[in-house]
Amino acid sequence: MLDWIAGIGAANIAKVRSFGRATLMLFGAVIAKPQLVKNVPLTIKQIYVVGVQSLLIIVVSGLFIGMVMALQGYTILVGYGAEGSLGPMVALSLLRELGPVVTALLFAGRAGSALTAEIGLMKATEQLSSLEMMAIDPLRRIIAPRLWAGMISMPMLTLIFSAVGILGGHLVGVDWLGVDSGSYWSIMQSTVEWNKDVMNGIIKSLVFAFVIVWIATYKGYDSVPTSEGISKATTQTVVLSSLAVLGLDFVLTALMFGIE
Amino acid sequence: MKSRKAELLVGVFVLLAIAAGLMLALKVANQTMSGKGETYVLKAKFDNIGGLKVRSAVKVGGVTVGRVDSITLSSNDFTPIVSMSIAKKYDKFPETSSVSILTSGLLGEQYIGLQPGFSMDGIKDLADGDFVEDTKSALVLEDLIGQFLFSKK
Amino acid sequence: MENLIEIDNLSFSRSGRTIYDNISMRIPKGKTTAIMGPSGIGKTTMLRLMGGQLLPDSGDIKFKGESIPNMRRTRLFEVRRQMSMLFQSGALFTDMSVFDNIAFPLREHTKLSEDTIATIVKLKLQAVGLRGAAQLMPCELSGGMARRAALARAIALDPELIMYDEPFAGQDPISMGVLVKLIKALNDALQLTSVVVTHDVTEVLTIADYIYILADQKVIGSGTPEEIKNSDSPLVQQFLQGLADGPVPFHYPAGDLQTALLGASC
Repeated sequence: MLDWIAGIGAANIAKVRSFGRATLMLFGAVIAKPQLVKNVPLTIKQIYVVGVQSLLIIVVSGLFIGMVMALQGYTILVGYGAEGSLGPMVALSLLRELGPVVTALLFAGRAGSALTAEIGLMKATEQLSSLEMMAIDPLRRIIAPRLWAGMISMPMLTLIFSAVGILGGHLVGVDWLGVDSGSYWSIMQSTVEWNKDVMNGIIKSLVFAFVIVWIATYKGYDSVPTSEGISKATTQTVVLSSLAVLGLDFVLTALMFGIE
Repeated sequence: MKSRKAELLVGVFVLLAIAAGLMLALKVANQTMSGKGETYVLKAKFDNIGGLKVRSAVKVGGVTVGRVDSITLSSNDFTPIVSMSIAKKYDKFPETSSVSILTSGLLGEQYIGLQPGFSMDGIKDLADGDFVEDTKSALVLEDLIGQFLFSKK
Repeated sequence: MENLIEIDNLSFSRSGRTIYDNISMRIPKGKTTAIMGPSGIGKTTMLRLMGGQLLPDSGDIKFKGESIPNMRRTRLFEVRRQMSMLFQSGALFTDMSVFDNIAFPLREHTKLSEDTIATIVKLKLQAVGLRGAAQLMPCELSGGMARRAALARAIALDPELIMYDEPFAGQDPISMGVLVKLIKALNDALQLTSVVVTHDVTEVLTIADYIYILADQKVIGSGTPEEIKNSDSPLVQQFLQGLADGPVPFHYPAGDLQTALLGASC
């Protein structure tokens, strides 16, 4: 019994310590002397890896989600004769919620897991050690460009996701189900507000990006350098960052839209 | 060579994102109407604004000419004051114009309908900051039902 | 003789297990020093301690008279430019070609023009016999070639000290011969100080100027290859001749077998 309690305590202490290590890693990578000139090409390369290579899955998912929303929304709205409100319904759900959240979940699965595995393997094959012995800080050289690339890519992916989703909604709602194209756009325009809806979505996606990339790089950097350790770290990245995204989404939504 | 391809694709990626952002700005959120210097302000007092919101449309015969800027409560007589920004190119509304709060469809958005009045000598055009005197409030469903029941009895 | 590295009364333990207990060593400048010992006694750990990647529990490691464990991080990074390490796996960066791998430390730490860097890289590759493989990716190299490419990278900045971590492990006899020749040649030509960590007895006896044998958390023997060969310590002899049992026991420490199998008898 005493061992059991001691076990709980030890597990919690380990969690706090690991959070501390993660914070130190973040500081080491971001705060300490950013070498802009050298890091820009590296960051561009990482934007290619985490951003451009996630583009296809984002566009396809955005298109389908927009189409499904239009289909579902139409069947409900037509019952009230309010199918003209299809545009704002699709646009608002995408901009406020689905855009940032679904992009973040896809990003965690597509890019986050890849980041963890890549960094974990670099650790296992002594590449990180070897950088350190070459007097190059792996935090700055490996972690920092990936952090920045994720922070830059995610809002862009979110914008693309929402835009494609709205077009997908148009495709189904207007071209297939026969909602008037003019009212689809104009009611959307009179409802959607740039600051409240679009900017808040971008802010959400920035927060999600930060959390996902932080978790992904830390899990890779802190992984046990064996094949089992890396696979465990990759799983943890996806699970933890998905949960973090959903939890944070609630908090952010409450802050942004809750009180009016 | 490989890095050049990556740079190119990142460029394409950024352009795509900018295009998406522009589309959201212009086509979805319609940023153009809020440009400065192109609008002037009209105000109107209503008894009840119903479901009118900031950024609701102001329409003349179905044509959007402006948007609701702000909704405040007058501290003297506790009636709502709606201020609307109207595009500069529509600046010839006579003082006799009236505004009413209308609904598009049964459950649709509420908007302000501006009904231009007659113009003749001695009647000036509405200028920046003027109040539109003739207003008609929103229909509140509960009042309507109440009236209906009352008149039946 | 001048010492490049001096290790004094070093103790180190990891997760409760003592790895070194009060060890002292000297690495003379311009010579090849070998650190030998059975697997699993933390020979690689010794290299990491020298490189400042790990901190000792007590004792001191001095590089040119400067204490590595007490260095500030920036100073440590400056000092590390004078040393380089050849990792067991080679640790080439898998996302760049062999050429870029070797150019990497030059591009990071110097402001040389691309032309000069290309020249240096070609010379270093020539030295390890891989000039023809410059444009290959690391995954296209054999184990021996990868290690030679890593060696070229390690000497790219002309360091004063090279640490070899098990350079001969898992190599066929030919690659092993090539590596032995390379290490010896580099040492003679560049006046490098080398530290070789290994358990391959015969190769080491041919290239090392001085040998330390570690076992049981301690230095159990040291001297020139001649002295080591003629050592009368049973531990050293067991290691050199590869006897299964001896002072270094065959069994991992455990209780009595009879007790373990039959249960505690009454």
